[in-house]
Amino acid sequence: MSLLDVSNVSLSFGGIRAIDGVSFTVKPGEVFTIVGPNGAGKSSLFNLISRIYEPADGAIRFDGRDLLACQAHEVIELGVARTFQNIELFDHATVLDNLLIGRHSRRRTRWFEDLLFLPRVRREERAHRRQVEEVIDFLELAAYRDRMIQGLPYGVRKVVEIAQALVAEPRLLLLDEPASGLSMEETESMAWWIEDMQKDLGLTIVMVEHDMGLVSQVSDRVLAIAEGRPLAEGTPAEIRAHPEVIRAWLGGVEEA
Amino acid sequence: MKPRFKTSYDADIDRFHGRWHRAQYLILVAAALIAPWILGNYYVGELSSVLVWSLAGMGVMLLVGHTGQVSLGHAAFMAIGAFTHLALMLRGWPFLPALLAATLASGISGALLARPILRLSGIYLAIATLALGILVEDLAIVAEPVTGGVRGLVAPPIELFGFTIDRYGTPIAFYYLCLSIVVLVTLAYANLLRSPTGRAFIAVRDSEISARALGVNVTRTKTLAFALSCGITGLAGALYAHLAQAVNFESFLVIISIALLLQVIVGGLGSIHGAFFGAVVIVLLPQGIAIGRDLLADVGIRVAAYPGLDMAVFAVIIIVLMVLEPRGLYGVWLRVRTWLELFPLYRKGMFRRARSYLKTERLK
Repeated sequence: MSLLDVSNVSLSFGGIRAIDGVSFTVKPGEVFTIVGPNGAGKSSLFNLISRIYEPADGAIRFDGRDLLACQAHEVIELGVARTFQNIELFDHATVLDNLLIGRHSRRRTRWFEDLLFLPRVRREERAHRRQVEEVIDFLELAAYRDRMIQGLPYGVRKVVEIAQALVAEPRLLLLDEPASGLSMEETESMAWWIEDMQKDLGLTIVMVEHDMGLVSQVSDRVLAIAEGRPLAEGTPAEIRAHPEVIRAWLGGVEEA
Repeated sequence: MKPRFKTSYDADIDRFHGRWHRAQYLILVAAALIAPWILGNYYVGELSSVLVWSLAGMGVMLLVGHTGQVSLGHAAFMAIGAFTHLALMLRGWPFLPALLAATLASGISGALLARPILRLSGIYLAIATLALGILVEDLAIVAEPVTGGVRGLVAPPIELFGFTIDRYGTPIAFYYLCLSIVVLVTLAYANLLRSPTGRAFIAVRDSEISARALGVNVTRTKTLAFALSCGITGLAGALYAHLAQAVNFESFLVIISIALLLQVIVGGLGSIHGAFFGAVVIVLLPQGIAIGRDLLADVGIRVAAYPGLDMAVFAVIIIVLMVLEPRGLYGVWLRVRTWLELFPLYRKGMFRRARSYLKTERLK
């Protein structure tokens, strides 16, 4: 029984084959990591799952439903939330506001109810804020609640972006390089948060990451890709020892 | 500045944050209610004009300031509102139903136009809306049965709850009518901003890609923003018809659209206050220039009454504002307010703009 089932997807930009026949399945409750050199197509895979790119070929199913039949904004309603490699937060708003926007997929009021601010809207707003506060507690963001994103340290922004995805109460979380640009300590706490999200919240996590230390620490299974094609799949230790992977990373030392 | 201790979620949900905040707005409304009894008839007319342009400005602000879509054709929707309203009134409709119908008509035409137009963005959207504005100018002449052709339409007096309201006959009553409509729309606008719909608008403005990933249907949200924006602007157009007493194709030239856009920029994009500040500038600037010219004449400096001088002054104001305070008059107001609240602790760099990080590899 798999939660996410990506089978044989391909993606082309003009003549460039960015992804070429990649398949993998993610089981409920596991942390699945995709690794690969720069330009291997890791982020493109994420953009396929979150329906930003249209695949040339292949199928993506989430919990038995065809993701390719969804529009980009419907993906999160099914329970797939994501973060971005370059942080796509709303800079001129506070952390709290950013998290409230993250609740959008859970809104139940219509625009004309909002316009009149009917009692139902207030009830819903309270529920949104309660959920937001839970996530703020969970990720220890209380100190930054009313701060503008603009002035926050990079490491905090990374956590805020994860919080923004978490408030939507997803079942599957896509993390695009959660540790890039983080210091040693921040990477360490990121590892704990990923473990917490997996164990306490029961989330399934698919992650793209370069930091092999973090990958080994949190991942259950790892998929290595290079130049859009799958290289190997297995436990973190297996992947680190895999000859194909080493060749792709180190540029074919043996032949040289 | 007193720190706010929040003890319930309602502290953030409520429209007013604390008693003092509410009191400020009550004082403002009270002042607006008393003003016509103190000022002369001429200035009551000017105040009504400020209100009507504030209303139109709120329409533009919703689209430009909060949803981030540029429009250079909003005078067209003022025209649709004005002509629909007058055409219905002249066919015997009472004031309120005609006003409502005018609002709906401009809102719905906005929604219908939004679908094709909002596929464009940035400068292309601006050009498309500009073309729309020019098109409606011509339509106002061609659609003679509705718009009265070149002559236009004359606004009949308003019959409301047994009163006859006329801009010149009973200027104070007309002012109160404008004021109540503006207050209602402002409240609805504020409601929108503190609810999911308003947050979706702002999300679309700041990052479409992120908004989409968070579940915002970008096309639908933009269409809704366009419709609401055009509805409010159409409502303002209907009121403007009564303010001006007569409208024809020349009432809603493209220059009005541009003035509306500049109004919200000068006022401060992304704030309801900005629509009002901008309206004050746009309506009172010509008066201010006239008064300034008289003062100069008194001390012996003669300045000829150049046509277009107010537009030139307006342009200078915009350039100076954009250089010194891109958040417009609302930004200036924020500084002044903070200075007053913190006195004597205000520091010079408090409103320095934070360095923004380069956003690379935007998916688009």
